[in-house]
Amino acid sequence: MMFVRLSAAIAAVSLLSSAALAQGAKPTDPQIAHIAYTAGVIDIKAAKQALNKTRSKEVKAFAQDMVRDHEAVNKQALDLVKKLKVKPEDNDTSRTLSKNAADKLAELGKLKGAAFDKAYIDNEVAYHKAVDNALETQLIPSASNPELKNLLQTGLKIFQGHEQHAEQVAANLK
Amino acid sequence: MTPRWILPALTALAFVAQSISAHAATIQITMENLAVLPPEASAKIGDTVEWINKDIVAHTATARNGDWDVMLPPNKTGTLVLKKAGTVDYYCRFHPNMKAVLKIEP
Ligand SMILES: [Cu+2]
Repeated sequence: MMFVRLSAAIAAVSLLSSAALAQGAKPTDPQIAHIAYTAGVIDIKAAKQALNKTRSKEVKAFAQDMVRDHEAVNKQALDLVKKLKVKPEDNDTSRTLSKNAADKLAELGKLKGAAFDKAYIDNEVAYHKAVDNALETQLIPSASNPELKNLLQTGLKIFQGHEQHAEQVAANLK
Repeated sequence: MTPRWILPALTALAFVAQSISAHAATIQITMENLAVLPPEASAKIGDTVEWINKDIVAHTATARNGDWDVMLPPNKTGTLVLKKAGTVDYYCRFHPNMKAVLKIEP
């Protein structure tokens, strides 16, 4: 069981990094803004699916936290790009993230009850791990605007919190 | 027409309230960028703790022993009057990476 989850996380991480590496050079600020925003939108969609499907109080509360936090961070990101007059630019990493997320949404859509809850929370652990890893090793070091870097750093701490929160929920579901 | 006794009564009440608050302190703890500052604080029973959330996301100050759970909306302040002594570990339910300690003396 542990191995399945770990390998899912590793797969998610390597998908993220290989997509980013495929571009060769480090991502630009407009691309980084797009990737970070997309990562938030994906988690909001996953949470909304969970809110429609779950009957678990704890999973529901977790999903509500995800919607609230990621909307708050994305709103801040939109305000910042407006202020900096940066236009977020679509890129391979964003596209890969969205494609994987759509597949995951379809896969989870077929599950019900406890099986859904477990799959959703396990994916939340893996997804936040992957995003945190991408932020730490690629997006934050590549960001050149200090305000963008700052927002990404705050985002990283928030998402690390989500990762630990998801791990707790996962442990409680057993 | 306001009864004549109401003003002195209010004054007396205000005086009592003031003398109570003169003994109790308010301890301010800030949450900013997902950090709790100071991470270790001391207070006495009867003191008020004021958590100031400077972040764009909501936090909580949740005692591990279940004594209290204070909701802290974004850019808002939450307060708690301390009623029980002890060293209490607390954390944020939404971001369990936020941890701190409150030492409450009798
Ligand atoms: Cu928090």
